[in-house]
Formats: sequence, structure tokens, C-alpha cells
Amino acid sequence: MKLRKSAILIAALSVTAAVQAATTVTIGTVNNGDMVIMQKLSKQFEEQNPDIKLDWVVLEENVLRQRLTTDIATKSGQFDIATVGTYEVPIWAKQGWLMPLENLPADYAVDDILKSVRDGLSYEGKLYAAPFYAESSMLFYRKDLFEKAGITMPEQSTWDNVKQWAEKLTDKKAEVYGICLRGKPGWGENFAFLSTMINTYGGQWFDMNWQPTIDTPEWKAAIGDYVELLNKYGPPGAAANGFNENLTLFANGKCAMWIDATVAAGLLYNPKQSKVSDKVGFAQAPIAKTPKGAHWLWAWTLAIPQSSDAKDAAKKFVLWATSKPYIQLVGEKEGWASVPPGTRTSTYENPKYLEAAPFAKPVLAAINSADPTDQTLNPRPYVGIQYVGIPEFQAIGTQVGQTIAAVLTGKTPLDQGLKAAQAATARTMAQAGYGKK
Amino acid sequence: MSAHGSTPQKTPRWIPILAWVIAILVFFPIFWMALTSFKTETEAISTPPSLFFTPTMENYNDVFDRSNYARFVWNSIAVSFGSTLLALAFAIPAAYAMAFFPTKRTPSTLLWMLSTKMMPPVGVLIPMYLLFKTLGLLDTVTGLLIIYTLINLPIVVWMLYTYFKDVPGEILEAGRVDGATPMQELFLLLLPLAVPGIASTGLLSVILSWNEAFWSLNLTSSQGAPLTAFIASFSSPQGLFWAKLSAASLMAIAPILVVGWMSQRQLVSGLTFGAVK
Repeated sequence: MKLRKSAILIAALSVTAAVQAATTVTIGTVNNGDMVIMQKLSKQFEEQNPDIKLDWVVLEENVLRQRLTTDIATKSGQFDIATVGTYEVPIWAKQGWLMPLENLPADYAVDDILKSVRDGLSYEGKLYAAPFYAESSMLFYRKDLFEKAGITMPEQSTWDNVKQWAEKLTDKKAEVYGICLRGKPGWGENFAFLSTMINTYGGQWFDMNWQPTIDTPEWKAAIGDYVELLNKYGPPGAAANGFNENLTLFANGKCAMWIDATVAAGLLYNPKQSKVSDKVGFAQAPIAKTPKGAHWLWAWTLAIPQSSDAKDAAKKFVLWATSKPYIQLVGEKEGWASVPPGTRTSTYENPKYLEAAPFAKPVLAAINSADPTDQTLNPRPYVGIQYVGIPEFQAIGTQVGQTIAAVLTGKTPLDQGLKAAQAATARTMAQAGYGKK
Repeated sequence: MSAHGSTPQKTPRWIPILAWVIAILVFFPIFWMALTSFKTETEAISTPPSLFFTPTMENYNDVFDRSNYARFVWNSIAVSFGSTLLALAFAIPAAYAMAFFPTKRTPSTLLWMLSTKMMPPVGVLIPMYLLFKTLGLLDTVTGLLIIYTLINLPIVVWMLYTYFKDVPGEILEAGRVDGATPMQELFLLLLPLAVPGIASTGLLSVILSWNEAFWSLNLTSSQGAPLTAFIASFSSPQGLFWAKLSAASLMAIAPILVVGWMSQRQLVSGLTFGAVK
């Protein structure tokens, strides 16, 4: 009896010791389906690595961005792993805020990560973040409505096609709108989409001297079509719609077409979340003057701040959560349609995934053709497709986004809006010291 | 207060109707949130909204699975009640001094205290963050306790000051004549008379601290994070989490709702019978 008691005591003590010795890795992340699955499955990682304890801080995207920036810039070391996007990675890497991911083990198969994604996460040839999932943009459409109207969706549609179809498919009495697009202002909201539309219309944000090119005919044509489409054939109150609002509309059968993040494919295809799961079709985003830059590239990635005091443990988790075996694990536990898309070639070679996710091929095609370094008709001094890879862009994109939202609601005439946006952007860029010889 | 010095004999019939309409309007969002929290995600987004559905506990299970609810609740209780007690401890002597022994600088001191509330908090975020980092207060309950005490102190002083002003000075003077020390005067005479005022001030301070989101989201991450951080973790930029967000929100407001309801009766009776007018 005594022996048993002391054995229990020793066991209890050793457990306490193990808990005390465990390194805590704090992960700052966003709330979305893939991250929820990662959080759930990470219990396996903790079981395999009893010396590492994971602490999750889940925040809304903008709050997280602000938190991480404050924390990393002040070197406070609150976060050991940061969930950051393709926009931040090169900027933060340049600042020396992130730890490069070097000497990766052979079984991690870094070359298996899609090239365009890898390039987007590298700075001066070094990888600074591991992609958790990546997305591009695509056109979602209602196969049943298209069939009823006698329209066949081609491999690659144009914006002229979209305009004609939107007119034909709009049935306001039945609350079916020809097209749903983002209207909510913000650099990651309406301008994620609008930048791609402007790219394919032949426009761009800045010329080679960093002068804004907003009051050009290309911008006017793109924004003009956007405003006309949404006002004539879009849902009411489109200026308030972001990704989630449009997802809700499409999932409820209110949109005949929607152009947005490829990640919506999995959600719309899931009968638990969508009433049109058996009627949704997937196509490439439409083009106008040039196919360049018609769809975006974005990846949510895991990066390790230089200020972290648990870098080794953090790296262990980052490699685990972005590895091939992790994708396999999600496929087996959560179903193959739920695996994080857009990161690894091997995912798109897996017959189980291709069978479960009919949208896999168009998503891969969109991501592969989204090279962030060459996405406008004319040469430009920046990288990024739906954003400009400079720190000032968040403020600029959001300000111009607000101006265009005012044009959309009819508060500001188009010409006046573009002129105001041009002037404001030129001012911000001059203050930041761009364009000086 | 009434200019005519009498209350109308009969309340017009539309007044209770109006009161009901306003009450329903105010309560409707909470009711809708509660309803949504028992729906599936597809039902939660369906238009027209489904009123009849089979309730599910799935959202609550998910929310419990994903986060340490007990820790968030404990942190919220600790910071909101702790900061309120601290604020009252500082504010009662201050308000007592200002109400009964005013100097010519008292009005401007009061205004100066309130002026600290006029600056948008984001303006001092970076200095505060650095200060917290240096003092080792980031992500701690102590850190939030300090900041909430300081945030609420001006309002608490102001409210107590106005309540204390309503207490007739003669009562305190009578005590003084009978030989009461300032401490006895404060604790034995003033505080019992001002209990309803202190209670409502305290409740307001608790509610303000409970709902404060800016500092809690910026200065805490996990160990010291209160319920506002818990709700924030369920808002999503990509994907539908309405039902789960509703469940999380209901779980976050439930404790304070219960406290509010319970103290409401005491407050009303206290105000009706105990107030010195």
C-alpha cells in the first residue's frame, strides 16, 4: 500500500516536472475553417511532443495584424508563431522581424510547396514563412441558372461576357442578382478584388516613378464597369458586402455569379453550409484587356518572429502544421474536401483529394498563374497582385477603397472620386518619400 | 421636480405601449442572438430567417472545445470587480473631500480628471504597450486591473461627487458637533446614506470594465485575457461562424446579465426607500 502511494507520488511529481519543463509556444492566428481544424488536430502534436505546450490566441484579422505589428515592432515577444499573409512577409522580413526558415529537413519537401506561393513568401532568396493555405480568386456561378438561360461557361470568360450574363440572369422579383462583388471598403476588402479588375483592364497602382496612375482611362473603365454592374445587377446594399456577406448571399441562392477567394469553393460545395452545393460551378476569373493580374494570390502563413524566445519549439510546430503528413491527417480525420488548399503540389496529385474536391483543378490553375512579380500590362516598380508590397499600402488601399465605395453608393461622381483618390495617394507617397531621386 | 408640483392622475394609454415597444426593440438583438446560438450555421444565415427549427447544442460544444471558457470568465470577474473595488477605494475619499470641503480649484480639478477620458485610447497605445512590456504586465490580470481602475476612476469620482452633494451637509455637521472624527464621519454617516449611489456607481463601473475591448484585446493574449478576447476569437473574416459567435457572445454576457438582474432589484428598492432627497 505504502509502495503504491509513493509510486503515485513519484508519478505525480514527474508529471509536474514535465509540465514545468514544457516550453509554451503562443500562436497568434485568425479564425477560419482551416485554422479551427489545425487547432483541433494540434492536440496530436502536443501528444507527440510532451515538452511543448501550445497556447492559441485567436483574433479577428485586422485586430491580429495590429497586435502582431505592435508586439513584433516593440520586440515584446508575446508571440512565438504569427499568422501573417503574403503582404506582410516580405515587408517584415526586410525589417528583420522574422526568422528565416533555413536548414529544413529533407522530408519536409520544401520544393513540393507551389512555386508562386514560395516566391511570395521569400525575401532575397530566403523563405521566411511556411504557407498554411493559399488562395487565388475565381468565378463562382450557378450551373442551373446558366443552363436555364442557355449560357455555356467558357474556359476563360471576359468582363464583357459577365456584363451580358449579369443582365440576363438578374431576376429581382425572385431576389436573384446577376452578380455579387465586394463593396465593403478596405485594402483587403473591396480593393483585393478591384486591384485585380484594374490589372486586367490594363491599369496599375503606380508607374515606374512611383507616381499613382489612378485618374487614367484604365481605372475609369474598370471602376465604371464595376459600379454599373453592381448598381444594375447587384444585390441591394452592395457597398456593405465583404467576403462573408457575399458568401451568405451565394449560399442562399441569391447570386448567379460571384468573383472572390477560391477558399469559398470548399464552403459553397459543402451542403452543411450552402443551399446551392449541388448547383455551384467554378471558372477562372474574367479578363479584359490583358490576362495579367486577373486573379490574386494570398496565403495565410506561419512565421516565427525574431523576438520569440521559443524559436526551436515554434519551428517544430510550423513544420508539422505545414507538412505533407499534416495534410494527410486532415484528409483522414476531417474528410479530403477539408484539407488546406493551395500549398503543395502533392495535394493536387492526390486522387482522393481530386475526387472529393471538383474545384481543385481550377484553383490550382489560378494559383499557378498568379505570379506576384509580373501582373500588370505595363512595367511597375512593385510586387503584389491585389496589393502593392509597400508598408504604406494598407492606408492608401483603405482610403481609395472608401472613395470608391462612395462612388458606388452614388455619393461621389466617378471622375471626381478618381481625381480625389489620385491626389490623396500622391500626397501620401510624397510624404513617405517615394519618387525622390 | 415637476413644474406643476403634481403628478397626472391618469397615465395616458400610449405610454405603457411605447414602453413595451422600446423594451422589445432593445431586447430583440439579444433575443435573436440567443435564438441563433441554437441554430446550425446554415440556418443561421438563411433568408428569410427560420423561426422554427430543431435546436442544437453543437455550437456550445464547439465553443467549449475550442477555448478555455472558465479562464476567460475568471479573468473577467477578477478585473471588473477588482478594478471597481479599487476605483471605489480611491474615489470615495476623493469625492468626499471635493463634495464637503471644496476649494476654489475643485471644479477645475474635476474637469481635469474628466479630460483624461477625452483622448482616444489608440493615441497612447504604443507608450502604454512599452510601459507594460517594461513592467512585465503584458498579458496579466494585474495589468488590466490597473488600467481599468485608471480608466473608470474619473467617472466613479464624478458620480460619487454628485451623489455626495445630495447628502445634506447638516447631518455630517451634527456628527462633527457630537465629536465624530473625519473617518467616523465618512464611514458611519456618509457611506450608509449614500449606499444606493455607491451601488449604482459600482455596477456601472463593473459593466464598463466587463465590456471594455480595446485595452483587453491589445494588452492581453491568453493568460490575462478576459471574455472580450474570447468573443473576438469567434469573429471570422472568411467563413461562417454566426451561430458559434452568437453562442460565444451569449456565454460572455450571461454572467453580467445575471449580476445585473440580481442587483437591479436591490438597486431599485435602495433608490426608492433609502435615497436622501
